[in-house]
Amino acid sequence: MEKTDKIRAGDVREASRLIRNIEDSVPEAKSAIKHIYPFTGKAQVIGITGSPGAGKSTLVDGLIECFRKKGKTVGVLAVDPTSPFTGGAILGDRIRMQRHAEDAGVFVRSLATRGALGGLSKAVGDAIHVMDAMGKDVILVETVGSGQQEVEIINHAHTVLVVLIPGMGDEIQAIKAGIMEIADVFVINKADREGSGKLQREIMTMLDMSPIPAGGWRPPIVKIGNAFDPAEFEKGLDELASKILEHREYLINHDLLGDRIRRKRTHELNEALREAILEPVLNVLVSSGELDRMLDRLQKKEVDPYTLAEEVAKKYLTGCV
Amino acid sequence: MAKRKLRVMVAKPGLDGHDRGARVLARCFRDAGYEVIYTGCHQTPEQIAAAAIQEDVDMVGLSCLSGAHRYLFPAVKKLLVEKGADDIVVVGGGIIPDQDFQYLYDNGIKEIFTPGATLESIVKWVNENVKPRN
Repeated sequence: MEKTDKIRAGDVREASRLIRNIEDSVPEAKSAIKHIYPFTGKAQVIGITGSPGAGKSTLVDGLIECFRKKGKTVGVLAVDPTSPFTGGAILGDRIRMQRHAEDAGVFVRSLATRGALGGLSKAVGDAIHVMDAMGKDVILVETVGSGQQEVEIINHAHTVLVVLIPGMGDEIQAIKAGIMEIADVFVINKADREGSGKLQREIMTMLDMSPIPAGGWRPPIVKIGNAFDPAEFEKGLDELASKILEHREYLINHDLLGDRIRRKRTHELNEALREAILEPVLNVLVSSGELDRMLDRLQKKEVDPYTLAEEVAKKYLTGCV
Repeated sequence: MAKRKLRVMVAKPGLDGHDRGARVLARCFRDAGYEVIYTGCHQTPEQIAAAAIQEDVDMVGLSCLSGAHRYLFPAVKKLLVEKGADDIVVVGGGIIPDQDFQYLYDNGIKEIFTPGATLESIVKWVNENVKPRN
């Protein structure tokens, strides 16, 4: 059986190896993606983002349980940071999800950022395709613990959950641009802690400031209590799962799912173009020694980077410049 | 093509909750430039083998201080072989009496590290003996 057929049949080992090839930029990975691409687009992709220690992995673990109870198969991509010094990484998200390790309907794969900005790994887009082609109904993408600017998840997920915990800052944090703008659903995690009411009011005030057109989506706020109080935790999770479903229905009923998917496609195409156009040019510049000569000229202040880039574009991108 | 990165898993099988050593080792592997998946305590061999395959690791390092290594270590290796992942190197560490070494080697455990093994010597062994797969 062809490797890609195996993946479509749900073979975890083959799928995991392909994801590794994508991460390592092995050339065969690209041709494998070309083969599975036509079979993608069926899965519901949910992004989970929020600051380190907000409880994202534990929420993902709970959501896996919720979706499994509904008979859905689940893929999880959990991203953790790569050390800028050694290139190594501790991928520890799956500790919280190990109770599902033996469930054949759940496939958890950890990814390191490998220097990518934005809170995800460069491989995430294609890794989603792999899990999608395997037939996973739901794909949960957990970002690195993110602060304000890590908003790349909106290019991949149909629904974005922003996970907050009480006591992380005053009301100014709630009106800043970035992560607070991308939520389709807000989760106040560890809501049994002091300050959860205040946090809820701050989010509500922020939401009140941007009027929502009739029939529009106002991000709901779901409070989830202590994970060590299973009954409370499950109650919160059930509410979260139903809000996720509501958001999906909203996107479908308002013909907006297409927009989200187009945003994802735009991103994908941009990345592919960058790779297809920039990389061959860079390879030529490096192997011919031209790049070094350009750097020498730059260092001597004979020229500026913009002029150099224009010269390269003129030489290699005939017909465009 | 970017250089392949070594992916390793550190796992604690069985009912032993003494995970300081495993965590120090995970950190040390991180500093050696590997991607390290840590699965936490109290894992069954089945959970460990399934996670190793889902994560496509090159090596599984098992830590056991409870005395159950003669059962647990070979069980992980056997499950990996059954799932067609016989290329994943399995090593063990912990409180392991000398007389058990041969039994573990015979059951597919490639190397054993006991108290006193330095982090440098462990990383050196991994660098020499575990290569990222093709």
